[in-house]
Amino acid sequence: MTDDQVTHRLGVLGAGVMGTAIATLAIGRGVPVVLVDVDESTLERARTEVAQQLRLAQLMGRLPRTGAVGELVTTTSLGDLAEVTDVIEAVTELPELKAKLLAEVSAVVRPGTLIVSNTSAIPVDEMAESTARPEELVGIHFMNPPYLIRTVEVIRGPRTGDRAMEQVTSLLAAFDRDGVAVGDGPGFVINRILQRMINEAARIVEEGKATPEAVDAVFQGCLGHCTGPLSTADLIGLDNVVDSLRVLHERTGDNGYEPCDLLVAKVRAGDFGRKTGRGFYEHGEALS
Amino acid sequence: MTLSINQPTTTADDVEQDLLRFLKQHTKKSWEPDVDLFASGAVSSLFAMQLVMFLEKNFDIAIGGDNLTLANFRTVNAMTALVRRLSDE
Repeated sequence: MTDDQVTHRLGVLGAGVMGTAIATLAIGRGVPVVLVDVDESTLERARTEVAQQLRLAQLMGRLPRTGAVGELVTTTSLGDLAEVTDVIEAVTELPELKAKLLAEVSAVVRPGTLIVSNTSAIPVDEMAESTARPEELVGIHFMNPPYLIRTVEVIRGPRTGDRAMEQVTSLLAAFDRDGVAVGDGPGFVINRILQRMINEAARIVEEGKATPEAVDAVFQGCLGHCTGPLSTADLIGLDNVVDSLRVLHERTGDNGYEPCDLLVAKVRAGDFGRKTGRGFYEHGEALS
Repeated sequence: MTLSINQPTTTADDVEQDLLRFLKQHTKKSWEPDVDLFASGAVSSLFAMQLVMFLEKNFDIAIGGDNLTLANFRTVNAMTALVRRLSDE
């Protein structure tokens, strides 16, 4: 739409489920990516996954089948981000970790580089505190998987600058994604509602009042949702759900966000959902 | 399960038999070569990706560019035709 001439070079922090899939979206749209993680074996897995996800998206007609694919570089060094035009942070949903990393990255990139957090629930202005230039930080909440779901939540913090918002518009145009602008605050729109809904759905299962299948069936059949809350939770990752609920609980004081015992137990058992093969449902071998 | 692997004399019939066996193993039911796999709802696009990888590995072909479209994987017949076309190239 705007700024078609802008050439983006994207840095992605964190090669987990979201960081990997955001890298897929970017290179599939011709944007070169530097993917950073602390763990070399995680990066190796991410390279394989990006290649598979790219082909899946192309197969489904959701990313172009022909035309330039952006280069993917993986590294364990933040210093390799010095030349990027935009950075998307997608590390684990732990406020201290995000704060530390955002401080480090804003010291490495050139002033004027857009810094995006793909946080699930931490307010943008809280994280802006850790950066060298708070006006350069914006929240983009990508859905999983970002190369299949077009719409994203765009969160402008009170200190976010106009220039950063223009850069976000340009980046989302390069990705062919549709941004919906919303205000700042714990969980923004989606997760303020969704995480609570997942927590309550899990509590219903915990109380033995309904099976996961029954909970999801009523949301799908009665309300017309594409997937029910517990299928969605398995897709998001129950580890992320619990982390996000804690972020919400601490910041709102609302006990409805306190992760229920069943969710906590599943995470403790290593049953994170699709990414480990089991959550509320059995998923067979881990996919994507 | 035994599969014929990369024999230079692979015929359309071999391709079809290998595919039908692969489908039966993964979906736990038998298929006719002209049935739309996706329309039935029994096969997801994620499974289509497994079909892509199975065909590439089993018949030593690379499926990319404009060939990477669901239409080529909709039926066993369509996949057999794709393998023959790419094997001839």
